[in-house]
Amino acid sequence: MSPITDLFSRPLSVISVGAAMFAEDIATQGAPVTHLEWSPPGGGRPDIVAALTTLSQPDIAARIEAANAEALERIIGSQPVLVGFAPALEVVPGMTKTTILHAGPPIEYERMAGAMKGAVTGALVFEGLAADIEEADVVARSGTITFSPCHEHDCVGSMAGVTSASMFMHIVENRPYGNRAFTNLSEQLAKILRMGANDQSVIDRLIWMRDVLGPILREAMISAKEIDLRMMLAQALHMGDEAHNRNNAGTALLIQALTPHILNSSFSTKDQQDVFNFVLSSEYFSGPTWMAASKAALDSAKGIKDSTVVVAMCRNGVDFGIRVAGTGDQWFIGPAQFVEGPLFAGFTVADKGLDIGDSAITETYGIGGFAMACAPAIVPLVGGTVSEAIEYSRSMMQITTATNPNLTIPILGFRGVATGIDVRKVEETGVLPVINTAIAHKEAGIGMIGAGLTHPPLEAFHEATLALAASF
Amino acid sequence: MSTRTLVKKNTYIDSVSLMSISTKANALDGVTNAVAAMATPMNKEILTNQGLITAEIRDATPGDLVLIVVTSDEESADAALEGLVALLDRKPAADSPDSVTYHTLASAAEARTEANMAVISVNGAFAAREAHSALDSGLNVMLFSDNVSLDDEIALKNKAHEKGLLMMGPDCGTAILNGISLCFANEVRRGRIGIVGASGTGSQEMSVRIHDFGGGISQLLGTGGRDLSKEVGGIMMLDGIAALDADPGTDVIVVISKPPAAEVAAIVLDRLAASDKPSVACFLGAGEDIRAAAEQRGIPFFDRTKPAALEAVKLTGIREEDLDLHSLNWPLIEEVRGKLTPEARYIRALYCGGTICDEAMFLAMEKYDDVYSNIRKEAEFKLGGTDPSRAHTFLDFGEDEFTNGKPHPMIDPSNRIARFMEEAKDPEVGVIVLDFVLGYGSNPDPVGVMMPAFREAKALAASEGRHLEILAYILGTDADSQDIDDQVAKLAEVDVTWASSSTNTGLLAREFVSKGDLA
Repeated sequence: MSPITDLFSRPLSVISVGAAMFAEDIATQGAPVTHLEWSPPGGGRPDIVAALTTLSQPDIAARIEAANAEALERIIGSQPVLVGFAPALEVVPGMTKTTILHAGPPIEYERMAGAMKGAVTGALVFEGLAADIEEADVVARSGTITFSPCHEHDCVGSMAGVTSASMFMHIVENRPYGNRAFTNLSEQLAKILRMGANDQSVIDRLIWMRDVLGPILREAMISAKEIDLRMMLAQALHMGDEAHNRNNAGTALLIQALTPHILNSSFSTKDQQDVFNFVLSSEYFSGPTWMAASKAALDSAKGIKDSTVVVAMCRNGVDFGIRVAGTGDQWFIGPAQFVEGPLFAGFTVADKGLDIGDSAITETYGIGGFAMACAPAIVPLVGGTVSEAIEYSRSMMQITTATNPNLTIPILGFRGVATGIDVRKVEETGVLPVINTAIAHKEAGIGMIGAGLTHPPLEAFHEATLALAASF
Repeated sequence: MSTRTLVKKNTYIDSVSLMSISTKANALDGVTNAVAAMATPMNKEILTNQGLITAEIRDATPGDLVLIVVTSDEESADAALEGLVALLDRKPAADSPDSVTYHTLASAAEARTEANMAVISVNGAFAAREAHSALDSGLNVMLFSDNVSLDDEIALKNKAHEKGLLMMGPDCGTAILNGISLCFANEVRRGRIGIVGASGTGSQEMSVRIHDFGGGISQLLGTGGRDLSKEVGGIMMLDGIAALDADPGTDVIVVISKPPAAEVAAIVLDRLAASDKPSVACFLGAGEDIRAAAEQRGIPFFDRTKPAALEAVKLTGIREEDLDLHSLNWPLIEEVRGKLTPEARYIRALYCGGTICDEAMFLAMEKYDDVYSNIRKEAEFKLGGTDPSRAHTFLDFGEDEFTNGKPHPMIDPSNRIARFMEEAKDPEVGVIVLDFVLGYGSNPDPVGVMMPAFREAKALAASEGRHLEILAYILGTDADSQDIDDQVAKLAEVDVTWASSSTNTGLLAREFVSKGDLA
């Protein structure tokens, strides 16, 4: 029987795209109809549509499918393990005493957002490269400081992401592939360097972290040897974290694993107590840990030729950058966006800085905004409703390549988190990745003022699409 | 005057919904003009002409939504923009938290394995791409969108042919499958007659006349208007005939088209002759060569819709003597002739439906040499949509020149109303002809929206001491959601003459204005 004759013998069942009126008329007649939430592919830009058509040529599409399958095998198969803590100068590739790493794609000091400038000048004071913030600003402009993105040094940095030589770093090793990723330690409270604050209290805390917290954690990990972060992350998701903005469970699990080893360290009871009190002061303590775990997993897929899978999304407060597995170290840039969400008392929309930080590495890995269904309790922090939170996790399936069976969502029947954002699917659907994030004040020296949801700019995906099409 | 503008990036809303949003926004307090439109190059041009363009809008892409309100005073501007934004809020498709939204045909087809038809009505620039995706997912396609290239059409139809799928369109406005009407179609009885149509309103008219004569429709397949061109070669028409030939629910096959390419007509007629099922060919405006080709193959041939429909129902066993044939009302014709001044001698036909416009025009051309139209092929008789009327003028308001960037006149009648009022002022006009299309997709009260214009026109003519004849055809059935009796009653209320079929409309119009020496 031909498909047409077959059509005549079965109930009509319609998928409609375009005018909703036609779908409504079909529904009125009692036929099943699904009306698409459609938007023009490539944001309606003819050059992007042409590039997508190139990428959909059968031979090219087959190469992409194979490359993406390999990328996903590596990302999903990654096993990030915490193996230690050490100062950046000791472990971060390319780090020098006068290097300042920052979040997001490359940016000159002059163009940096207020929060990032605040963090850079604070870090210069902390490192003894300037006497005060005013002098630090002069030093930053002097040409003696090397500014470079964290991502170009196997690192990620939350918010401003400012990382200097003597800051202690997580060392995360991706077991099957051997690559390493680094990130500095959580500063906990709202008025902190990474949010752009830089007064004496901020510098004092960084000094304590360098002299007490970091060394204790280093000793503890020498004793602990390693902590399987993937397994711990899976557990945290089941306990109600999404591991970007909500880390209550992950922090409890991490400190629980570290505690016997901290108690066993050579430091005084007072120092140990200070560490425990510091961890207790904010549930965010393990936030950077999951960023480094995500970075380690995604870097294993970097450079897989022909792959259209996104391996990094990050922002410097001015630009939003993405990197794609098949195009290596190339950055694709669009403007950083506003973050929509509730603000702390006393702040208004006019105080908001634009989206900033490398923490979107978590969404790139499939957690954070992509795992919102795990964390209904986050809704009061970022705004929205519980059913919207669940829908985010579901809708991200439309732009990803696979689900990760190692990181599952109980309420969705233990389905894996949506993993491996495909540039093509973002362009085809117009669905942008959802990012859960904090909001920093737009001016230097103030700090965190709220949290909420945001998206990457479509422009960054346009750039990537054009580059991918040109690569075939 | 105060203006507020907002560009919402990467926010897509279909044009029909946007029109309804704009309409509601124009009713907001203090609003003198409200715009909700995608930032397409054409819309930007329109906004430039209206002096509403800003740098932000100029930089926006076709995927961005532009919202503008112009208010009479500064105080109401912000509230008006807020009101417009609030109108965009669409209720979720279902209350269930488990309801899933799909963004692509491929993902929806993958999840809904029982789906067998895609109805595509996106902007023409993206339509071929979506249709390919639907065919690749194994879906039959109804492609309502127009402005799809001929190359794309041929590629799509070849692909569908290889896969054994329907590729109805581009520019396919009408289909009825398994009793379900798609896009612009009428509610007709189910029955044993299958139609393949290369013209939207022609197919609608055929299905409505068959219904009216007591027959019913098994399937109505559309092909899009270019299918019987030399270039496309009737790929879809031939596949459609084959499908109806194989369909146990179809006893009689009817094909209808505007003038086909002669060589393609021959192939189609060959295919009909090869079927064991009786068939009827209705090619409007076809020449003697095509008529001869049909007769040679023993296929009943018609260049008018009504006798073709009658032949089809007779082939299913309905007896002509049992039917109300609505034969031409000669006493009425005499009466109208008597009322018209010698000067009032021209037909001005303002149609929504392209093929029924064609039918009336061809009937006029049988009798008059000075027939002008925006759908005539010959350059010397071709009128632009905004050109003033000449002699007998037939305008199809569904043509691209009217619909580019505006909804079809079956939905939005404003262009036609304006033209109607112009024609009503011309003392050389004997009869103004209008069609009103009922059924799915059409205006809920098409005659109702014309009533003020009818009253004004009649009053104007009366004040000048002349008779203005208005002839209206309502394409619809007693089963359509718009009450056809109510529509007809409205015509009577304002002394507008009602014609019972497309064919009769054409015949009445040409006879009304016939002067003694020509009759």
